[in-house]
Amino acid sequence: MSENRSSNNDLILKVEDLVLYFRTTKGVVQAVDHVDFELGKHRAVVIIGESGCGKSSLAKAILRLLPRNVDTYTGRVYLDGQEIMGLDEETFRMQIRWVKMSLVPQAAMNALNPVLRVSDQVAEALLIHYPDVSKREAIEQVREMFRYVGVPDTFLHRYPFELSGGMRQRVAIAMAMITRPPLIILDEPTSALDVLTQANIMNVLKQIKWETGTSYILITHDVATSSELADDVAVMYAGQVVEMSDAASFFQEPLHPYAKMLMAAVPKLRGDQELEFIPGQPPSLLNPPKGCRFAERCPHRMPQCRFEPPMFQVGDRKVRCWLYESEADGIYGTRPMSTAQQVQA
Amino acid sequence: MAVQTQTYAEPTATPTSGEPLLSVRNLRVWYELKKWGFGHAGYVRAVDNVSFDLARGEAIAIVGESGCGKSSLMKAILGLVRPYDGEILFEGRDIFAGGRAGLRWYRSQVGYVQQDPFGALPPFMSIRRILEEPLILGGVKNRQERLKRIREVLEEVKLSPPEDFLNKFPHMLSGGQQQRVVIARAMIRRPKLLVADEPVSMLDASVRVEILKLLRQIQSDYNLAVIYITHDLSTVRYFSERIFVMYAGKIIEKAETDELLWHPRHPYTVALLNAISDPDASNAHKLREVPPGEPPSLVHPPPGCRFHPRCKAILRGQCDVNEPPEFEPRPEHRVACWLYEQGDRVPPGYEEQA
Repeated sequence: MSENRSSNNDLILKVEDLVLYFRTTKGVVQAVDHVDFELGKHRAVVIIGESGCGKSSLAKAILRLLPRNVDTYTGRVYLDGQEIMGLDEETFRMQIRWVKMSLVPQAAMNALNPVLRVSDQVAEALLIHYPDVSKREAIEQVREMFRYVGVPDTFLHRYPFELSGGMRQRVAIAMAMITRPPLIILDEPTSALDVLTQANIMNVLKQIKWETGTSYILITHDVATSSELADDVAVMYAGQVVEMSDAASFFQEPLHPYAKMLMAAVPKLRGDQELEFIPGQPPSLLNPPKGCRFAERCPHRMPQCRFEPPMFQVGDRKVRCWLYESEADGIYGTRPMSTAQQVQA
Repeated sequence: MAVQTQTYAEPTATPTSGEPLLSVRNLRVWYELKKWGFGHAGYVRAVDNVSFDLARGEAIAIVGESGCGKSSLMKAILGLVRPYDGEILFEGRDIFAGGRAGLRWYRSQVGYVQQDPFGALPPFMSIRRILEEPLILGGVKNRQERLKRIREVLEEVKLSPPEDFLNKFPHMLSGGQQQRVVIARAMIRRPKLLVADEPVSMLDASVRVEILKLLRQIQSDYNLAVIYITHDLSTVRYFSERIFVMYAGKIIEKAETDELLWHPRHPYTVALLNAISDPDASNAHKLREVPPGEPPSLVHPPPGCRFHPRCKAILRGQCDVNEPPEFEPRPEHRVACWLYEQGDRVPPGYEEQA
């Protein structure tokens, strides 16, 4: 079943069985729990989930930006066909991070160094990864990149506090773009911004994608705004990806009960539909329930939900829910087979 | 620089009969800028000539981007900053006229729901102490009485059974529960007016709806007047009856909620509405139209209409010179924009919804 598609040339990123657990005083937090997903070249995948579902941890796991309290960190990540989990830290730093993929961190506008001019900060990434680039050339490239993301030339040598939130966000995007990586991970790039600024930043990101073919992983809790960029959608719940679909089918009709309820909770500007909320709370990742993690809050709960559902392949879409067992074409991913067979037995 | 004395805004007619609960008259909240610590260097005109009435039991939304003055307006309404000019009448009385005692009484009539629930709750106080404090300050001497009211209010915000929460600390609660405690604290002295500053913007989508529904229910159960301050036009529909749109210190458009969402008139409101995405896969294939530039400085606001440097419908010689008065192109729909001098029309760049 698990054919090795990592060699597939259409994929920029393929993540197999990625696990990231953290050690805390209360126990082990299973932030990213056996996640499989893939992303095509020149495409954008949106990872939607509520706070605490592990979506930011997934980004950190892919980029290997890890805190010190890591308990388990395993799996395989293929970037452009190259397995990168096996690389040592120095190689990863020099050849992968910011060269092949970069990050626009959460609240990036506040993540800039307050005592460095923005030009120097953005140039730094270039100078570190390409030692043969001179300082002057680097600043020239920064100027070009600023023009590209819509930061006026006159802001080049200013300090972050002199810029508005939207401008700082653009600087953070320029910083991720400066080495022209084929993949950029955006962690909540617009959530702290005003609506007009948000729309502006989304326009910039779209233009970059159309013109340079950059792939994105967009991590957000804002379902409505995520549709601005999405080619594919992955929904995360309690450390697991529970649904993966193309954007058109997803926004038309999500499959997983959690995704359905999440969509019903999104306020629409016009129209008469009543908003629904999801009763209860997500489970603790310290000791997540066995079986389906959403079962407790799910209106379609059945006896089978005691067992962990595998990722069912339904057409081109994948969903981790027993409801789709009968119509599934197969099972996606590497790990969940065993649990599925266990149930069949 | 001469203070603009022209007053355009006539007080809006009260939608319900009787005296309004809160009446804001030509309010100006200006902050003085000092040079070298003492020389006068101008004013930040955060709120400039704002007037509106709020009826008992009415929910309004004030919508605007950061820096538009909505927080200063809110602070003035809460009695936290003194206005530079104008007055705020609560049940016909100027809230600043009664000195400290007057303000104290006024604050017992007004509840405040903060934006970030975790930041708003003291981390070292139990829920019970958090809720008890306003009662003690309000002079409720009997301990049993206080406890009874705390239980009551926890039930009101659906934190039941109250016993499960009384002795917990804020960090033990989820974001939604924390926001309920904040609402309970605002409600504990049975106010007549609730000021909610972005009450759901820090919450997850699924919890957001829960809190909005709760606020709406409390509002109708207790006939509360609510001022809902937000930058997110997509949530106001579920909550408020009227919307005021603020830009650069002024209210530029006032209308009932559906009227404003379906028939926006001010070019800025149109831009705001056009910038909001509904979840739809086709969004990814088109760019959104956004007005160029950023909101103006509130120290030296542009002459004429403050939106004119970014407006694509600008009437040269008019918008950049004269400040627009409020026109009423449609019944109960006021807009400060020269486009409507001759009556109603569909604003450029907007597809009128059927």
